[in-house]
Amino acid sequence: MANEVLFRNLDLERLWDIDQYRSRGGYEVLTRILTQKTPPAEVIEWMKTSGLRGRGGAGFPTGLKWSFINRDAPVDKYLVCNSDEGEPGTFKDRDILRYNPHALVEGMVIASYVIGAHRAYNYIRGEFWEPYERFQNAIDQAREAGLVGKDILGSGYDCEVHVHLGGGAYVCGEETALLESIEGKKGQPRFKPPFPAHVGLYGCPTVINNTETLSSVPSILREGAEWFRDLGVENSGGSKLFSISGHVKNPGVFELPMGTPFAELFELAGGMRDGSKLKAVIPGGSSSPVIPGEIMMDLTMDYDCIAKAGSMLGSGAVIVMDDTTCMVKVLDRMSYFYHEESCGQCTPCREGTGWLWRVVNRIENGEGRPEDLDLLLDVQGRIRGKTICALGDAAAMPVEGMLRHYRDEFQYHIDHKKCMVGAGA
Amino acid sequence: MSALETLNKDELFTPEIRAEIDREIAKYPEGQKQSAVMAALRIVQDDNGGWLTQERMDEVAAYLDMPPIAVYEVATFYSMYEHKPVGRNKLCICTNVSCMINGSDKIVEHLNNKLGIKWGEVTEDGRFSLKEVECLGACGGAPMMQVGRKYYENLTPETLDSILDELE
Repeated sequence: MANEVLFRNLDLERLWDIDQYRSRGGYEVLTRILTQKTPPAEVIEWMKTSGLRGRGGAGFPTGLKWSFINRDAPVDKYLVCNSDEGEPGTFKDRDILRYNPHALVEGMVIASYVIGAHRAYNYIRGEFWEPYERFQNAIDQAREAGLVGKDILGSGYDCEVHVHLGGGAYVCGEETALLESIEGKKGQPRFKPPFPAHVGLYGCPTVINNTETLSSVPSILREGAEWFRDLGVENSGGSKLFSISGHVKNPGVFELPMGTPFAELFELAGGMRDGSKLKAVIPGGSSSPVIPGEIMMDLTMDYDCIAKAGSMLGSGAVIVMDDTTCMVKVLDRMSYFYHEESCGQCTPCREGTGWLWRVVNRIENGEGRPEDLDLLLDVQGRIRGKTICALGDAAAMPVEGMLRHYRDEFQYHIDHKKCMVGAGA
Repeated sequence: MSALETLNKDELFTPEIRAEIDREIAKYPEGQKQSAVMAALRIVQDDNGGWLTQERMDEVAAYLDMPPIAVYEVATFYSMYEHKPVGRNKLCICTNVSCMINGSDKIVEHLNNKLGIKWGEVTEDGRFSLKEVECLGACGGAPMMQVGRKYYENLTPETLDSILDELE
């Protein structure tokens, strides 16, 4: 079954309007929780039961994350939503902001209530102007309906929701870089511990969740934690938005249960374009190691299955490549990206991403040296696990994945100073 | 006394811009004015033809009670702030993987030939400038570009021509 949670209202016209959202049970859960003053610990238990894991890429259990906040601490708490969607290949949160913004507003207010926050920020990447306007409009409508702001529905609970627009920096998708950015600084990740649950925004306890994660909350609490969990499979509860792009006939965002066979998603996307042949798939955003097409066709889209195949489900961003694609050129572009986006704080990442890109780039340009492939493996190994945030790992993992599966293509580039797949030379 | 200390906040910017920045400041807790720096830079940049000068950054610093260096740090860290003149239409072309394998190279080549400019350059009439950008999160419509606040997706050299014709 598709479209059960976030895309359940896709059939409605102007589905981003509050009346439409409410016509399908929207804001019922928030109303119930606030008027009945449901104990926050109870909501956290439901979230744990639902099996919802962070949809931004890391997959951390949401209920557990919320439970880390000491609600009774005599300081302000903050709820932050991460809509800084920037992992190459990912374009799902943009659709939530455009088509289901009220699910996010409701999810943010519920999460704020649970952790005892009275102020919530949605950090939306600066390029997303149209999605930002949709979301801001949703906040305004909700405020007018008494669902956001002071004394919500007469419950005595206050919660303001604001948007903070980014300025163009991939690293701000990292949660502590995002907090620095809200504080009006360069987006350089913080050393952890302390974790944001203890020292977050303005030094206060903070929960940071992805857009898709928070938007899933109202459906989970309305339809039931077990219902959500059972949509998916063991260890991967619920359904998920998959962004599929590349050489498929109908690229787009599809909502499917966790554990759906890749072959099914591939078919929904229309299969390969123009009768070309499937070569390789990046299963979870550009940081996740590539998987050859024939292996991918036997996998299911859930955390465990993709991990067993040596990659990651990540943000659920699937990039499909046909047999005219040059893997050296793809890795050249990806390595350039991480080099460009490294914040420069940690030496292994700042210098290492530069080395990775320059070496892959010279192979691509027919200037590769015999020792280059071992050099690449050596450099990526010296970045992994040695930096403050995961950007270094994200830059290193695709290099290792490409060489694991397509070493012969790289070797050919070095030996013959040209590409073995004609079109990508 | 430095030039900065002589700036009078009530004389900085136009009343409209001050109001817009004040609305941003109000989103944050008391004493956290610096949180509005990204928005303030965006607002000021839009008002200044799409790019920032040191003078304008200094004004933002004075308005938000920040040391100028803290404003420069932000303004040079994020890719959407510009530090030299741009065209009236800044064409931001994504060349990341999904766009690349869907032909962004051809889009770039077409623009290079048609407009006679490369990355970072502005056409002589000031109408267009060209910027390479990283993934803009619209890979389902690859290849794509952003101009101003708008995304243009599924680009071909032909559709590109008609889009450019409509941009003043």
